[in-house]
Amino acid sequence: MVVALEAKGLTKEFKGFVAVNNIDLSVEKGTIHALIGPNGAGKTTCFNLLTKFLQPTRGTISYEGLDITRMKPAEIARLGLVRSFQISAIFPDLSVLQNVRVALQRARGESYDFWRSDKILSKFDDQARTHIDEVGLTEFTHERAAALPYGRKRALEIATTLALSPDMLLLDEPMAGMGREDVDRIAQLIRKIALNRTVLMVEHNLSVVADLSDRITVLARGEILAEGTYAEISKAPEVIEAYIGASHD
Amino acid sequence: MAMADNTTSTQRVEQTAGMPTLHKVIFVVLLIGLIALPFFAYPVFAMKVMCFALFAAAFNLLLGFGGLLSLGHAAYFGGASYVAAHAAKVWGLTPELSVLCGAAAAGVLGFAIGSLAIRRQGIYFAMVTLAFAQMVYFVALQAEFTGGEDGIQGVPRGELFGLFSLADNMALYFFVLIVTFGGILFLYRIVHSPFGQVMKAIRENEPRAISLGYDVNRYKLIVFTLSATMAGLAGATKSQVFQLASLTDVHWSMSGEVVLMTLLGGMGTVFGPLIGAGIIVTMQNYLATFGAWVTIIQGVIFVLGVLMFREGIIGVISRWLKKPL
Repeated sequence: MVVALEAKGLTKEFKGFVAVNNIDLSVEKGTIHALIGPNGAGKTTCFNLLTKFLQPTRGTISYEGLDITRMKPAEIARLGLVRSFQISAIFPDLSVLQNVRVALQRARGESYDFWRSDKILSKFDDQARTHIDEVGLTEFTHERAAALPYGRKRALEIATTLALSPDMLLLDEPMAGMGREDVDRIAQLIRKIALNRTVLMVEHNLSVVADLSDRITVLARGEILAEGTYAEISKAPEVIEAYIGASHD
Repeated sequence: MAMADNTTSTQRVEQTAGMPTLHKVIFVVLLIGLIALPFFAYPVFAMKVMCFALFAAAFNLLLGFGGLLSLGHAAYFGGASYVAAHAAKVWGLTPELSVLCGAAAAGVLGFAIGSLAIRRQGIYFAMVTLAFAQMVYFVALQAEFTGGEDGIQGVPRGELFGLFSLADNMALYFFVLIVTFGGILFLYRIVHSPFGQVMKAIRENEPRAISLGYDVNRYKLIVFTLSATMAGLAGATKSQVFQLASLTDVHWSMSGEVVLMTLLGGMGTVFGPLIGAGIIVTMQNYLATFGAWVTIIQGVIFVLGVLMFREGIIGVISRWLKKPL
């Protein structure tokens, strides 16, 4: 097993409150790994630690064998470890095409050129269109991103992320607040983009990740409760208790 | 984040490749008007308006496009006017070199202050810029070369490139026109450049820009430095026009005035700051007979402006026309 992302003894304390306690997690390369748990289980904190938006109190994080514990979020993004957000992370006033181009522009440089015309950005158009087609937003290419319906915004976010050609995606509740139809579409999209990538996703809802994930880690009260395939963890009594005891939907 | 105005499902964003025809037309009309203006109006007043228009446009780069509110832009405007005045009077440099010295000094100052200020956000950022600007004011008041309360007076107008005398108001007018108009076009280019596109993205969603791998602080520092440099260019030019650098230019009320000009005209618009500067300077000039009442009138206009058209004059017109201006 080749490990893509690994955390050892990961702990985060907020003024005496331990949000994440001594978590060991390893995500195998090329798999879809889900991090689930009831509200307040520490999923989002854990996720923010792994994406470096928070600094851990203790513990180490490594990506492809490289210690990234003290790196800045923009640095790990440049290593190919790209995150998404729970609220749809788009640039609302830019068009769909411009949204994707912002990502391509970073990967290909020239983003500091303040003396050149933005005409040169049109060279990214073809590649941007490929990513837009990939997520099924072709007809919205020139639409203002803010005007897209919710599910389409998430699709745009994924297209923008793909434009960075990341090796690993970290998705923060990609299905949160979506209707059934959108959930299916995004699930299909995640399966498609995970073909040659590693995906770690945080989800609240067990049923959503059931047939999507290769491996599932269940968190409760900041600690790991169980880990395994869906079949394994869905039978584990402590998981059932945590979910029935808290909220099951 | 999520905009409230997604009422129409067909909001299409115009392809921003190069300058839209409408903007080209406005710039050309503006240029022709400004070339003709001194033959009909008093050139010194027109030069003052142009200097403030460039100042407001430079400030708008930071506020309107960078999303950063500085309350200390007088430091760069005034600081540059002192340096340019000193360069022309004491070092005996030609006008264009004096102006460049002023702008460069403002750029260095902007880089230094900016690199500290961008570590904070929102109101704290604004307060840090104000605090540093007050320090610059103090230096201007106390330092030897600034002339304290008197400022630097009697700055020679000199000869452009050592060849053309700018003693004549008309000659000076065209020098100022080229500098300020060129400055405004340069600011336009910054906004509509690959860098400007990233700035826009950072302003709209900073965490997302970080997650795409952008070092947002570096972009903020660059835009801060550029804004300070261009504000300095405006201040330096003004010192050549009035042959004077004074405490007024570094005073905190000057920082406030440029905020007023930008908001009144429309922040984040191309032409708003120019209109805003024109209105405020005209008011100060023609209402000067009312003395202290000018500030009250300005205050009332500002309050009305904020209450009635928050997007500023050009912002409102732009919404009517459904075209960015």
